[in-house]
Amino acid sequence: MMNNILVLPMLLPIIVGVLLIFLRTYGRIQAWISLIAMALTAGISGYLLQKVQTDGIIRLDFGGWEPPFGILFVADSFAVLLVLTSSIITAICLSYALISTSKELQTMYFYPTVLFLIAGVNGSFLTGDLFNLFVCFEVMLLSSYVLLTLGNSKRQLREAIKYVSINIVSSWFFLVALAFLYGAIGTLNMAHLADRVAEVGQTPLLTTISIVFLIVFSLKAGLLLYFWLPGSYSSPPIVTSALFGALLTKVGIYALFRVFSLIFHHQPEITHTVIGIMAALTLIGGSLGAISFNDLRSIAAYNVVVAVGFILVGLAIATPAAIEGSIYYIIHDMVAKALLFLLIGTMITLSGTSKMAGMSGLMKNYPLLGWSFFIAMLSLAGIPPLSGFIGKVLISSAAIDNGSYVLLALSLLSSIFVLYSLLRVFKNCFWGETIVSKEEQLPLRRGVLIPCLVLVGLTILIGLGTEIMSPYVTDAAETLVNPSVYIDAVLGKIQ
Amino acid sequence: MESLIIVLVGVLTTVAIYLVLSKNVVRVILGTAILSHAVHLLILSMGGLKLGTVPLLGEEAVNYVDALPQALILTAIVISFAVTAFILVLAYRAYQELGTDNLGAMRGSDDE
Repeated sequence: MMNNILVLPMLLPIIVGVLLIFLRTYGRIQAWISLIAMALTAGISGYLLQKVQTDGIIRLDFGGWEPPFGILFVADSFAVLLVLTSSIITAICLSYALISTSKELQTMYFYPTVLFLIAGVNGSFLTGDLFNLFVCFEVMLLSSYVLLTLGNSKRQLREAIKYVSINIVSSWFFLVALAFLYGAIGTLNMAHLADRVAEVGQTPLLTTISIVFLIVFSLKAGLLLYFWLPGSYSSPPIVTSALFGALLTKVGIYALFRVFSLIFHHQPEITHTVIGIMAALTLIGGSLGAISFNDLRSIAAYNVVVAVGFILVGLAIATPAAIEGSIYYIIHDMVAKALLFLLIGTMITLSGTSKMAGMSGLMKNYPLLGWSFFIAMLSLAGIPPLSGFIGKVLISSAAIDNGSYVLLALSLLSSIFVLYSLLRVFKNCFWGETIVSKEEQLPLRRGVLIPCLVLVGLTILIGLGTEIMSPYVTDAAETLVNPSVYIDAVLGKIQ
Repeated sequence: MESLIIVLVGVLTTVAIYLVLSKNVVRVILGTAILSHAVHLLILSMGGLKLGTVPLLGEEAVNYVDALPQALILTAIVISFAVTAFILVLAYRAYQELGTDNLGAMRGSDDE
């Protein structure tokens, strides 16, 4: 009975979102209500995480239809960790929106749409059914279309058309893959699929279908197929970019991890090799993109791409240590990318341009902003004791143990490129001659740095508190590496 | 029967891809609509096309059809309907703001 709580991370944002539609003209009230809703969601997922540790994987069969016949939600440590992190990040981004965005944006259904987005994200993490994953993806994508176009600037409309078209095509591929999978195996329940694939063996037909899934999720995650990402992530208001950069690609990554560790893990020499090659090319492309632009938002968007490549290196190696490293890195990256985008957004608001050439010597007027950026940079580069370190160490050592020296070299080089791209921003924008005098400078809006400082605190806390997190992450990695745990929990009798 | 439908799926997909690859936004949208119809037919034929009655109602029939693909298609139709409606409005707004419905002209430049 207590399992019903499992639906709340998806249901609560939807209900609150619908209620907020009726409060359209009250921007601040909407912001506070949605903040409370996200804090509640985070609390619930924290409770769920604790419960998963004591009781094992929890599942909720909707309508009492036992799997494999009904749709169900499954909470294992991996899913719940991501739900928890994304709820916290959303709450922080919402508080930034409360402080910084214009009134027009706030009263144009911004908050309800963010809540629908997070409902789709949390649903995708929790669902145990592949078709339901498609539906949750669509919930998330439709909200992201709206968020991308809110603000109505010419550039946003132009980028939105590309973004929507590419996502329609990738959803089409998703449906094609689902159709073939249903035709081949006759079920869409993930655990049941995994069970049957293990029984009949991963035939060439199934491997081909898995490659179609790989294309779909790579498009969503920005793994190699990231050409749409920099344009659409750098055009909307900065809060939206931060949410997209922190959450959307992670859903694609989650789906890749789930599908290729639970269902299609019997032919790693094909699927995981392809993933490894794609991750390597993503690292190269993302690194080159990150250092070749002068526009701050494009630099940040390419940093998202690099991180995607890095996380997928862990899946390509697929040893328990590598998977564990990837999970640490996903959590770190959600925090660090949100921080990076919010800081860059603040810098753009202060200097009125997103070009590096238009900024100089911000450090003198806004030292707190500058040092926050410095910490974000170190965290993204993986300097201890910040949060990026542990993930990089685990993935790198796993790459050495596995003999994947090319991936190792590329992932370490990419860290240097990330450091260089951000150091360039730090040097050009924060040091040098101060262009505006003390009298002319725009005052930093009160409280605008608080969300950023909270995120800085989080990245330090995750780095220092790795010991506290490790039981949860180890459990998540173990479930991913041993699919039988997941399958037994879903197909077995409910406690 | 399945082979016939699969050929039809192929024809629809071909038409859709031709439309999606054109430069006119409205054609692209029509293409995506046809694309989704093609995949709905594919899902339907993947469930197996046979004569039969509704499952779970009575036990006297000889054949039952698979209800799941139809449930999937229904969901997919609703979603593609919503997305098509959205992108139509988006294309109209983009046409108003940008003054063009040519995707080639929407490439954008760095200096803006």
